[in-house]
Amino acid sequence: MTPTLLGSKPTRFGFGDGLVDLGERHSNVIVLGGDITGSVMTSLFRDKFPDRFFSIGIAEQNATTIAAGLALSGKIPFFASYGAFCAFRNADQLRISVAYNETNVKIGGGHAGISVGPDGATHQVLEEVSFLRTLPHMTLIVPGDYEEARKATIAMGEMVGPAYIRFGRSPVPMFTTADTPFILGKANQITDGDDVAIIANGALLWEAVLASEELAKKGIKARVINVHTVKPFDFEAVTNAARECGCIVTAEEHQVHGGLGGAVAECCGKNAPVPIEFVGVKDSFGGSGEPEELMIKFGLTWREIYASALVAMERKEKGSTGVRAIKDVASYA
Amino acid sequence: MMDVETKRSLDFNTTTFTNERRAPEGFAPIANEIRRDIVRALVRAGSGHSGGPLGSTDVFAVLYFGGYMRYKADDMHWAGRDRFVLSAGHMVPVQYATMANAGMYPKPELATLRKFGTRLQGHPGRDMHLPGIETSSGSLGQGISIAVGMAMSDRLLDKNDHRVYSLTGDGELQEGSVWEAAMSASNFKLDNFCWIIDNNDCQIDGRVPDVMDVYPIKEKCEAFGFDTIVVDGHDYADLQRGFDHFLANQANKTGKPTCIIARTFMGHGVSFMNDKFEWHGKPPTHDQAVAALEELSAHP
Repeated sequence: MTPTLLGSKPTRFGFGDGLVDLGERHSNVIVLGGDITGSVMTSLFRDKFPDRFFSIGIAEQNATTIAAGLALSGKIPFFASYGAFCAFRNADQLRISVAYNETNVKIGGGHAGISVGPDGATHQVLEEVSFLRTLPHMTLIVPGDYEEARKATIAMGEMVGPAYIRFGRSPVPMFTTADTPFILGKANQITDGDDVAIIANGALLWEAVLASEELAKKGIKARVINVHTVKPFDFEAVTNAARECGCIVTAEEHQVHGGLGGAVAECCGKNAPVPIEFVGVKDSFGGSGEPEELMIKFGLTWREIYASALVAMERKEKGSTGVRAIKDVASYA
Repeated sequence: MMDVETKRSLDFNTTTFTNERRAPEGFAPIANEIRRDIVRALVRAGSGHSGGPLGSTDVFAVLYFGGYMRYKADDMHWAGRDRFVLSAGHMVPVQYATMANAGMYPKPELATLRKFGTRLQGHPGRDMHLPGIETSSGSLGQGISIAVGMAMSDRLLDKNDHRVYSLTGDGELQEGSVWEAAMSASNFKLDNFCWIIDNNDCQIDGRVPDVMDVYPIKEKCEAFGFDTIVVDGHDYADLQRGFDHFLANQANKTGKPTCIIARTFMGHGVSFMNDKFEWHGKPPTHDQAVAALEELSAHP
C-alpha cells in the first residue's frame, strides 16, 4: 500500500528536534558547534541546554577529536556541520580517534547531496557514504523524512559506538509517522511487490514511491525498500528482495559508486546475483541552481527510477548481458 | 638497589617504582631502568623508534613517579585518575616502559612489543585494552585534541579537579590541528590541562627547522594563551619546577592552560644516539643494545 503524503519538512529539522529530545532524556548528551549551528539545527539544543553546548568554531578536525575525548570521559558528544566538512576535512580523525578508537562519538552531516541548491558543488557532498561505510565500527544512517530523522537521531544517541547521520537542507516529503517502526540496521519495506525491487534512502525515497505508482499503472508491482541504515547493512532484506524480485534499482542522492548502490551490489554479488540499475549522481560534481532544477539535471527523480526499473526488468528477462552493447559499458552513465 | 648484572641484562626484571614526591636525584634510577627497558624491548622488536623515547624518558619519570599524575597502578580504570594522552604515538615505547615500571601490567610483556598478537602495538591502540593507554594515537595532532576534550569534560562538565596531560613532539607542531587544539584549550580556560612539548629539534627527515621551521615555539604557545615554561628536559629539578608551575595554575584557578617545553636530546643516555635524528625511527642492533645497556648500567 502506498504511504500517505503528510506535507514536507527538511530532515535537518528532525535532527534538531531529535537532539533536544535526547538532551531531555540524557544529561550526558553534549553538542559541539561548528559555527553553522543555525543551519544544522543544533541551535535548538544550544538554546535549551546552554551548559551542554560548546562552540568549537570553524575547526572540524578539532571538534571531532574533542568529541572523542569527551566520549572517553563518559559523555555522548554530537558534532554537526555540513557533510562536506564533517566527513572529509576530519576524515583522519574519524578513522582513528572515532572509529578505530570505538569512541561514542555522533556526527551529524548536514546539507548533504545536490539539493543544497545554490551553494554549488563545494558544499554538495556526494561521496561521504562511500567513505564512512568502509570504516569498521561505524554506524551510518540516511533518513528519508523528518520523522525518520528525528527517530534516527535518538536511536544513534542511545546506541553505544560511533555513528553518523546524513541529512539535507531542503524540505522533503513526509510519509512516516511516530508509529512507523525504526530499528537501526533493519530496512523498512514501504510497498509490496515482486516484479522489481527499488532500494532507496534519503531524499530519493519518496521519488521511489512515486516511481512505484507509475509502474503500478503498467501492472508492475515494485517493492520499495527503505535502507535507512547503510551500515550495519540489512543483508537479509536486500538478499530476499533480490531473490524474490529478480532485479533491483537503487536510488540515492549520492554518487552511484560506493554508496547505497555499491552496498547493494556487494550484497547481491555474494548472495543473489541479479541485474541492478543505479540511480544517483554519475561521477560528477554538482553545481548551483534550485534544488528541483538540480534533481532533474542530475537525474534524481522518479522518472529515472521508473525508466531504470523497466531496464532492470528487461535485463531480468533477457539475461544480464542481453541489454547493453559492450560499447556502452565503460561509463557510470 | 639493582645489581649491575641485572641492569646490564637483555632480559626484563620485575622491579617497579612508586609514584610520590621525590628529591630530584631520586628519579635517576627510575629513568635509567626505563631507558634500559626501552632498549631491551626495541632490540627484540627489531623495529620501532629509539630516539624520541630515550630522549623523553626523564619527562616520563618525573610525570609518572613524582606525584604529578594521580593513578592506581592496579586499577587504571579508577574514575578519579588523572589522564595522560600521548599525542606523539610513535614514542609509545617510553610510555609502555614507564607503565610497566609503575606496575600497570607485567614488565616482561615488554618483550612482545610490536609482535603478532601483542597488546603493545607499534602505535597505541585502545582496542588492546592495555591498562594506562587512554586512547589510540599515531596520526599526529589528534591526541592533544582528545586530551582537550577530556579536560573540558573534567573542568566544565563534571567540575572535578582531575588533571589531563598530553605530550606532543616538536615536529608534530607542523600539523595544523595541533593549533586548533591549543586555541580551544585557552578558549575554554582549561587550567587543568598541561601540554608537554618534547623539544628535541629532530624529526625523521632532519633537524626541525630544516624540514619546516616551527620556531619560535614559546612565543607561539604564549600567543595561543598558554602559560608557557621552558625547562631542561634532562634536569629533574627543572622538570619538577615545570610541573609544579602547572599544579599552581590549576590550584589557583588561573584559567590558563600550561605548556611545558622540555628541551631534550633525542637518544639521550646512549652516547652514540645522542642528538642524532637518524635514530628517530630505528631500533638498536644486538651489539648496539649490549653497548647501550653497558653505558646505562654505569648510572644509578
